[in-house]
Amino acid sequence: MLLALGANPITGYAALIDGAFGGWDELADTSIKAMPLLLVGVGICIAFRAGVINIGGEGQIIAGAIASTVVALALPDLPRIMLVPLVLVGGAVGGGIWGAIPGALKAYAGVNEILSTIMMNLVAAQFLSFLLQDLLTDKASGAIKIQQTERLTENADLPLLPGGTRLHLGVLIAILIAVLGYVLLFRSALGVRLRAVGHNANASRYAGMPVKKSIVQALAFSGACAGVAGAVLVFGSESHRLIAEGGASGFTQSAGFNGIVAALFGGLSPLAVIPASFFFGGMLTGGIALQQELQVPAALIVALNGIVVLFVVASLKLKTRLRAWAEAVGSEGSGGTASPPPEPARGPAGREASDG
Amino acid sequence: MGDFFTVSVLVATLASGIRLGTPFLLAGLGETIGQRSGVLNLGVEGVMLLGAFSAYYVTLETGSAVYGIFGAIVVGLIMGLVYAFITLVMHAQQGISGIGMYLFGLGFTDLLFQKNVGTPKPIRGLGEVNIPLLSDIPKVGEIFFQHSLPVYFAFALVPLVWFMINKTTFGLNIRAVGETPEAADTLGVSVNMTRLATMLIGSTMASLAGAALALEVGIFQQNLTSGQGFIAIALVYFGAWRSYGVMLGALLFGIVQATVLQLKTLGIVEGANSSLLAMAPAVLTIVVLVIVSRRVAAPGALTRPFDRSA
Repeated sequence: MLLALGANPITGYAALIDGAFGGWDELADTSIKAMPLLLVGVGICIAFRAGVINIGGEGQIIAGAIASTVVALALPDLPRIMLVPLVLVGGAVGGGIWGAIPGALKAYAGVNEILSTIMMNLVAAQFLSFLLQDLLTDKASGAIKIQQTERLTENADLPLLPGGTRLHLGVLIAILIAVLGYVLLFRSALGVRLRAVGHNANASRYAGMPVKKSIVQALAFSGACAGVAGAVLVFGSESHRLIAEGGASGFTQSAGFNGIVAALFGGLSPLAVIPASFFFGGMLTGGIALQQELQVPAALIVALNGIVVLFVVASLKLKTRLRAWAEAVGSEGSGGTASPPPEPARGPAGREASDG
Repeated sequence: MGDFFTVSVLVATLASGIRLGTPFLLAGLGETIGQRSGVLNLGVEGVMLLGAFSAYYVTLETGSAVYGIFGAIVVGLIMGLVYAFITLVMHAQQGISGIGMYLFGLGFTDLLFQKNVGTPKPIRGLGEVNIPLLSDIPKVGEIFFQHSLPVYFAFALVPLVWFMINKTTFGLNIRAVGETPEAADTLGVSVNMTRLATMLIGSTMASLAGAALALEVGIFQQNLTSGQGFIAIALVYFGAWRSYGVMLGALLFGIVQATVLQLKTLGIVEGANSSLLAMAPAVLTIVVLVIVSRRVAAPGALTRPFDRSA
C-alpha cells in the first residue's frame, strides 16, 4: 500500500515502528493513544459477547465526556482525590445512558442496534457542537467563538505518573477496567448470562433468563466503558478542555471505531485487548511519524484498520469452519453440531470455548 | 419563520429535497435488492465514499463527468466482488465486515484525496437537463423536471426494481434465496450466484449514489457522505424492503435535509441551534426505525450465510 503511494515501504515501516516504540516518550505516547482504544475495546467485548453489535463508541465517548465535563464544571472546588473519581463515574454514567438507549430500543422495540448506535453517534456529535457553541462555550475566548470549553478545574486533572513522560493515571484506569471487564464476563454470574444470551438468545429465554434486560445491560456496560474513555480523553488531555469532535482529528480520535478493531484483534477477550490496543495505539502514533517522515497522510491508518477488520472477521469464521470440518472428519456425519442456530450472524463467532 | 412559507422558497426546498434524496434512493434501492437476497451490506457508506471519490477524481482529471460515472461503476463492481468474497466465500459476520468496508472507504478516500488532490478543487458536475414541455409548467416543472441525469435515473429505477423483484424469474430467485436458501438450493437455484449478482448490483448502485452526491456538490472532502449510507440502510427497513417504500423514505429524508439547509441559509435558525437542527435526520431515523421495526418482517435469511454442507 505504501508502494502505491510512491513511498519506500522499508523506510516507511521503520519510521512507523520508531515513532511508535522507539523510546520512552514514544512508548508513553503509544500508551496514551492505546488507552481509549482499550476502554472502548473492553466495552465492545462485553456487547459483542452478549450478541449486541455496538457501533456507538463514538457517541458514547462524547456522552461520557460531556457528562464528566458537567461534573467538573459543577464541582470545581472539590479536592482532587474526590473529584477525579467523580468525573470518571460521571463519564461512565453518561456513556452508559447513551448505550442503554439503543439497548432498550433493541430489546423492547426490535430496532436494529447497528443502525441506532450509528444514529446516536451523529446525534451526540451535533449535541456536543451545540453545547460548545452555546451553554458550555469558553467565556474567556471573547468575540471569536472557538468550539471548546474553558480550561477545566485543575482539581480534576488526571495526575501524571512518575517517570517524566506524558503518561497519566488514565493508563492504569484503562488496564484496571480491562481486568474488571474480564471478571465481569468470565468470572461472574452476570457474565455467564450475557454470554449465554449472546450465544443463543432463544435457548436462554427458555432457560428463564431475562434476555431483554441482558441486552440493555450489555449495551449500558459497553457504553459506560466508552464513557470512561471520554472522561479520560478530556481530563488527561494536554489542554484539559472539552473540544469539538471532528472524526479522526477531533478529541475522540475515532477511538469509537478503532476500539472495535482492537477488540476483534484481541479475540473479544478483555485481557487480550490490552496488547491489541497497545499495538493499534502504536500504529496511530507511528502513523503520525510516518506522515512527518514521508508525507504519507495518516488516513492510511484508518484504511489499514478497515482491512484488518475484514481480515479478522473473515478468518474468525474460517477458524470455526476448519474446526467443524476437523470434527466432521473425526466423527463421520457432524449433522447435529453444525446446523445453524436461528441467528448465527448475531453472535460473535469462535473462541467461546477457549476463554471460559 | 414566515420567510420560509413563501411559494418560491417552498418550491426551491422541494426541488432540492428531490436532489438531496437521490443518493439515499440509489443506495437504498441497491441495498434493498441485496437484502431481499439475504445479504446485509453495512459497507454502503464506504462504497459510497469510494464511488464519490472515483467520480470526483476521474472527472477532475478528464474533465468529463461521464468518465467519472464510469469510474464509479468500475469501483462499485470491484467493491461488490470484494464484499462477495468476504461474505459468500469466507462467511464473515455481515454486521462487522460492513464496518470494515466503511473504515476502509473512509480512510482510503481521505488518503487518496490528500495525496492526489490536496486542496479542494471544484469540478463541473452534470448540468441540469430540462425535460421539454414538462419543465415549463410553472412550479411543478421547477420541482420535478429540472434536475441532473442521476436524479431521473434514480427515480426511473424505482418501478424497474419493483418489476425485477416481483415479476421476473431472477427476482423470484432473489426472494427465494433471501427467505429460505435451503429450499431454493433444492430446486436448483444457485444461492451464492444469485447473491453475488445482487451484491454486484447493490454495490454498484451504492457507488453511483456516491458519484451522484459528488457530482451534485461538485467537490470531494473527507467523509463527504457523513452517514448518508447508513441512513440509506435504515430506509430499507423504513420502506419494508419494497422499492416504493424506499422512495418515500428517500424523499422524506431529502426534504428534511433541504429544509434544514434552507432554514440555515435564510438565517431563521442560526449558530448553535443549527447544530440541534442538524440532528433531525438522525433522530428521525431512530423514530422511523422504532415505528417500522415491529410491523414488517425482514427477509427470513437476512445475514445468514448459506452453506450446503450445514
